[in-house]
Amino acid sequence: MSQPRPPNGPSTSGNQSAPPKETSSSHSTGLRYPSNGKTIYHRHLSRSKTAELSQASFAYLFSEMVTYAQRRVTGIQDLEKRLNTQGHPLGLKLLDLLLIREPSRSQSRPLNIITLLHFIKINLWQHLFGRQADRLEKSSDPDAPDEYMIIDNEPLVNAYVSVPKEMSQLNCAAFVAGIIEGVCDGAVFPARVTAHSVGSKEEGEMWPGKTVFLVKFQPEVLEREALIGKG
Amino acid sequence: MSYYFAIISPLDTPLFEHEFGTSKSGGDGQPRFTDQARHLNQFILHSSLDIVEELQWTNGQLYLKVIDKFFQNYISAFVTASNVKFLLLHQPTTSVPGAAAAPNTATAAASSRVNSTSVGANPTSPQTEEAIKNFMNEAYENYVKAIMSPFYKAPNMEIRSLVFRQRVAAAGRKYL
Repeated sequence: MSQPRPPNGPSTSGNQSAPPKETSSSHSTGLRYPSNGKTIYHRHLSRSKTAELSQASFAYLFSEMVTYAQRRVTGIQDLEKRLNTQGHPLGLKLLDLLLIREPSRSQSRPLNIITLLHFIKINLWQHLFGRQADRLEKSSDPDAPDEYMIIDNEPLVNAYVSVPKEMSQLNCAAFVAGIIEGVCDGAVFPARVTAHSVGSKEEGEMWPGKTVFLVKFQPEVLEREALIGKG
Repeated sequence: MSYYFAIISPLDTPLFEHEFGTSKSGGDGQPRFTDQARHLNQFILHSSLDIVEELQWTNGQLYLKVIDKFFQNYISAFVTASNVKFLLLHQPTTSVPGAAAAPNTATAAASSRVNSTSVGANPTSPQTEEAIKNFMNEAYENYVKAIMSPFYKAPNMEIRSLVFRQRVAAAGRKYL
């Protein structure tokens, strides 16, 4: 069931139902078409490419999401996990949408980690926040060659979230981490993505809300990278 | 030329299937699979998934052309960004010598017009590849529109939309 029902708009002639072209099939399946016969499939995919959403309505919705998650869990880890789960399907769908919006000459699937991370840093961030992510780094820890970091100086989702002192480890950008995880999982680079706040509260800190998204790939991804690199 | 189109999720479950025949050069759009062939089509298609998975890591293109051949069946593949595979099995119809075929003028004229470069007859010609590529791109656009619904649970929910089926069928008629 992939098509949401369009609401029956106010029509001048009272209870006249929209006359669809294939009358018998729509009556039997209960589908209702809008009166001009245009379904969601007629809309162009790039139509809402430059559309903007008001930050206030997003902040309102997001605060409600955090409250919803908070009511059901008892710890910070669980709360972050819930936000992560909420963002995951977004990532899966955005991967296809962003790829199809690219001009068709440059459409190609990301084949290695760096390409994928660049795709996230540039395309995904541009789509979600209107700017690129600030930095992309590889972890310099030799014990963890599979960790990469995407750094955002001021995540938009945290703009109107104030975290009480007893929950100072919570970072609501776990939602964005969930989106990134969805993109990575969808592109067959399974990963665990977590959000960590590294901005400090002292005076003179330029970006107090600086957040690091730690992307930790599963070992099979590295194996495959090595195999592809050789071949 | 008969076609069997399937969309396979990353977990190897089919999300959508559609059989049709060519509408070009006198074809009537009906598939010409024997009953036995129809059962076999699914096996052939799924067995080519291994080849797709191997190829998708060396080739960054979305459209991988003909990747597999099984007797008279050719399989073309298209892999999307989220690892969903669109597979098209095409089987050129062998012409039946003798009076078994309906001897009316339409089909006789059609078979004489079918030369080696028409889409119906030659599955590996560049025209066929181009036609299949256009078909796949249009199916991909409709697929993305289908999954954008917030009620669609990626990655392996079946696509049941009637409008989607109609649009894929229309694309099949237009390009193939």
